[in-house]
Amino acid sequence: MKDLNNLIQDLAPKKFTVLGKVWTGFLILVIIAALVCYYFQLRDGLIITEMRDYALWGVYISNFVFFVAISLVGSLMTAILRLSGANWSTPLTRISEIIAVAAIIMAGLTIIIDMGRPDRILYLFTHGRLQSPIIWDVVVISTYLVISLLLLYYPLLPDFAILKRYFSKNGTASKWYGKLSLNWSGTEQQNKLYNKSIRILSIMIIPVAFGIHTVTAWLFATTYRPGWDSTNFGPYFIAGAFVAGAGAVITIMFFLRKSHGLENYITDAHFDKMGKLLVLLCLLYLYFNVNEYLVPAYKMTVEEGVHLNELFLGQYAALFYLVIVGGLIVPIIVLLSPKGRKPFPVFIMGMIVVLGAWWKRYLIVTPTLLHPFLPIQGVPESWHHYYPSTMEWIITFGTLAGALLIITILVRYVPIIPIHETAEEMGIAETEKN
Amino acid sequence: MEEKNTNPRRKFLDTGLKAGLLTAIGAAAAKAAMNIDKAYSAEEETIELMTPGGTLVEVPVSQVEEIPELKDGDYKVREGFPNRKFVMVVDLARCKNAKKCITACNKTHFITGENAWLKVYKMQESEKSAPYWQPTMCMHCDKPPCVKVCPVDATFKRQDGLVLIDNERCIGCRFCMAACPYSTRVFNWEEPKQGEMTEIYLQMEEMEHMGHEMHSPDYAGLPSLKGTVDKCDFCPHMIDQEELPHCVTACPNGVFFFGDAYEDTVTNGDETFRLSKLLEEKAGYRLLENLGTEPSVYYLPPSDRLVNFEEGLENYTEYESVEKPETPENTEEL
Ligand code: SF4
Ligand code: SF4
Repeated sequence: MKDLNNLIQDLAPKKFTVLGKVWTGFLILVIIAALVCYYFQLRDGLIITEMRDYALWGVYISNFVFFVAISLVGSLMTAILRLSGANWSTPLTRISEIIAVAAIIMAGLTIIIDMGRPDRILYLFTHGRLQSPIIWDVVVISTYLVISLLLLYYPLLPDFAILKRYFSKNGTASKWYGKLSLNWSGTEQQNKLYNKSIRILSIMIIPVAFGIHTVTAWLFATTYRPGWDSTNFGPYFIAGAFVAGAGAVITIMFFLRKSHGLENYITDAHFDKMGKLLVLLCLLYLYFNVNEYLVPAYKMTVEEGVHLNELFLGQYAALFYLVIVGGLIVPIIVLLSPKGRKPFPVFIMGMIVVLGAWWKRYLIVTPTLLHPFLPIQGVPESWHHYYPSTMEWIITFGTLAGALLIITILVRYVPIIPIHETAEEMGIAETEKN
Repeated sequence: MEEKNTNPRRKFLDTGLKAGLLTAIGAAAAKAAMNIDKAYSAEEETIELMTPGGTLVEVPVSQVEEIPELKDGDYKVREGFPNRKFVMVVDLARCKNAKKCITACNKTHFITGENAWLKVYKMQESEKSAPYWQPTMCMHCDKPPCVKVCPVDATFKRQDGLVLIDNERCIGCRFCMAACPYSTRVFNWEEPKQGEMTEIYLQMEEMEHMGHEMHSPDYAGLPSLKGTVDKCDFCPHMIDQEELPHCVTACPNGVFFFGDAYEDTVTNGDETFRLSKLLEEKAGYRLLENLGTEPSVYYLPPSDRLVNFEEGLENYTEYESVEKPETPENTEEL
């Protein structure tokens, strides 16, 4: 029991440090700024953005696609690795589930932010028509949110019961954890139910997760637009999502390890393994990128040609190469060497992969819209380009801060590393028989 | 700004009669043409009609049945006029970028902002081929991608071929704009400044007398709504009054022809043609046919041009081809 007590001591949620408070305060400030800007957007309309009739989607939609991508990691880490019996990922499952939940919530909000008439959001349910890919997205995102929440909550039950006892001196905390644990007592029957439910959820979440990202890809691919008109889009988006999600997990686990002193639980070996996984995913994504650009570039039909020329040589070229080389090729090279898979370099690579993934979404959304079939004529000069306005940036940062705040709060109140499961794996689980 | 005086008003009814555009009259005319007996006296008033076969005949007025109103009591905005299929033909050989269509359209639909429902493009297929002017508007596609993607049924297609927008329903997701390959949809990014409000309300009152509601898809743009999508609607409110759409009557060069595909007749107000014959003889085509959207707007190629491309250049400014309607702001500036 000694070991178990130590374990709980290590993993139980801790009060914010000063740094933690400053960080949370900062996030809240960003969110408030974003709310103020959003108020202006509601009052004056989307005119406060730089979007116009040609660049009719911009940073909001890119950000939405990014969030959807990040959220896919929940199913990668918890479901795929869990089902394949990769036990090493246990300490990372909760982190990924937290990221998934935060990202999918913000994805939903981002869509509302992009709407011209958010007051009519309910029409999606009262007048929704199944023929529209947007409705598929609404259906699949809400399903994914529910499954993700369950997949986050279920494994927490035994941990909450443990925390209830751990915080017995602190009445309120104990009471809350007790309530949240739904009277978990670790009986055999409970354990059986628990294991079975998690297994079912893990299986269920995979098709839904693939669905959500494929549908988001279809949102683009079902339109008649050069640059989006691609059968490659579904797998291309999924591969990209895995890359972004793995990058996000690496980044956040590095921070948590530092801030919570979890070196014994999130070890160098974890970074090594995540590094290897990231290389694999990056290679896969690179392969889809080659497919995505080589085939149309080889043929260079008029419409695709205009689009690709802008990407390869035109005004998007710098960003394009930065994203492909910086966000994919460099990480592959660095992470291939064992030295590159030490925690710090893996963290840096993870971070640039996430940044690259964000800009990649921007590159998918914007240039295509600015290369329609009929030339852009007769509109003001500024409509020929798109670069987000300051308010757009603030609102976008607000959503990113929102996701980080959800993560921060969850990390404050739930054990980052599953206590119960870790104990089980270490063979020191309490065997309580009631 | 009294729109009614400045706009030449050609009665759709007159042309309609001549063109046999209205099914009922067409049928009546055919009957009349066959039954003309010598019984009618020379004094009786006669009228010129076109038979479904395309020949002009003169028949006494008494032989012509009055047609029921296009829009009877149970007309439903979302269903449209029964037994119609509205089409437009644009003769590129005649367009010299006079832009009167744009002005008339903007003015009568109270379109604000820098965009327009109707655009005139400077086109050139390849470096060696001759440039030409190409007006575009909503193509009222038979397989409209914009309708497919709309999540809330705000964009819909009617039985008469019109694709309209219900601005009271639109949630402003702009997916339809992304889907439309002809880039004809416009968004109200801000509260529209639609000129003298009193004028809009006057118009609206008039509309209401005729059974239109506020923000009816039947009269888009009156007034426009912030955060929703607008586009060319083929002027159902004009068709309803048995007149031609504004762009058709405004064009000094007779570029636009409007009509009914079932009647197989199109007219620009001065001339009337058999649609099928016109398209066959002049090699009519549609834009981006390969996408399979089946547009209802046909183009006649810019061959045997009546006008010089250069003439239109005088009107061309790359970034402001759109003349804004009068708004309180810019009238004050004057
Ligand atoms: S032209 Fe565009 S807006 Fe008009 S019906 Fe076709 S797809 Fe819809
Ligand atoms: S912007 Fe409006 S009309 Fe267009 S797809 Fe969305 S809801 Fe439908």
